[in-house]
Amino acid sequence: MTPVPADTVGDFTLPDTEGTPTSLSPGSAAATVVAFTCNHCPYALAWQERLNAVARDYAPRGVRLLFVNPNDAERYPRDSLDAMRERVERAELAAPYLHDESQAVARDFGARTTPDVFVVRPDGVLAYRGAPDADHGDPALRAGWLRAALDDLLAGRPVGNPRTEPVGCSIKWRA
Amino acid sequence: MSAPRIELLYWEGCPSHPQALAQLRAALDSLGRGDLPVTLERVESDHQAHAERFAGSPTIRVDGVDPFPPGDGEPFSLCCRVYRLMDGRFSPTPDPGQLRERLARLLRSPPG
Repeated sequence: MTPVPADTVGDFTLPDTEGTPTSLSPGSAAATVVAFTCNHCPYALAWQERLNAVARDYAPRGVRLLFVNPNDAERYPRDSLDAMRERVERAELAAPYLHDESQAVARDFGARTTPDVFVVRPDGVLAYRGAPDADHGDPALRAGWLRAALDDLLAGRPVGNPRTEPVGCSIKWRA
Repeated sequence: MSAPRIELLYWEGCPSHPQALAQLRAALDSLGRGDLPVTLERVESDHQAHAERFAGSPTIRVDGVDPFPPGDGEPFSLCCRVYRLMDGRFSPTPDPGQLRERLARLLRSPPG
């Protein structure tokens, strides 16, 4: 069943673009942001810099961000591992870029779009799920919904707005 | 001379086509060509995407000509199309100013 905020999500391990296994391990961070994204979606690309800024701004507060590409690279070669690696080499992502080749993690999270953003508490409970902010076209929004969720979580408050509607390209599932 | 044929090709898996249609109609209005009908064509399969040379949703055509021609090697598939705004930002829809300018040019051009 698709997890919703207040549900516990399962741990996972996925390879990054160099093949290094990387785990969610929620207990290792004050909060972990799992952002499903990809290489060719204009929504994901439009929000990328805002998510990078979140990764940089919140790292000193113990927040970890993981980018996960779940798209079927056979039908969409622009989402191949090689293409992911090229983006990492161009320093386009400010956090590890993980390859969900089997799409199992995206299915477990119930991810629907790129981007689709999840915040996981150290105890593995989902604290936020949805879009980074209200408008992919307005960089001034600075991923404000995601930041607000992180601020609430880090302050020990209930997350005021734990669920928003993800907006973006549909995940390209295997046939 | 027959009226130019304006088409908006789209794929349901990408949420940008309502905005693209609004931008297209606004651009036509601003050019004094709000009378031109816009034909919506839904692309539903990879086979159709290849047959239509559909580089992603949304794709606009004026008498078969794309105001934003896809680059060489651009794959034809069911996907959201990536546009660049005038300031370089990525966008799921064309830059409104560029769209107006390119439509104006195509609408002035005699049919090829």
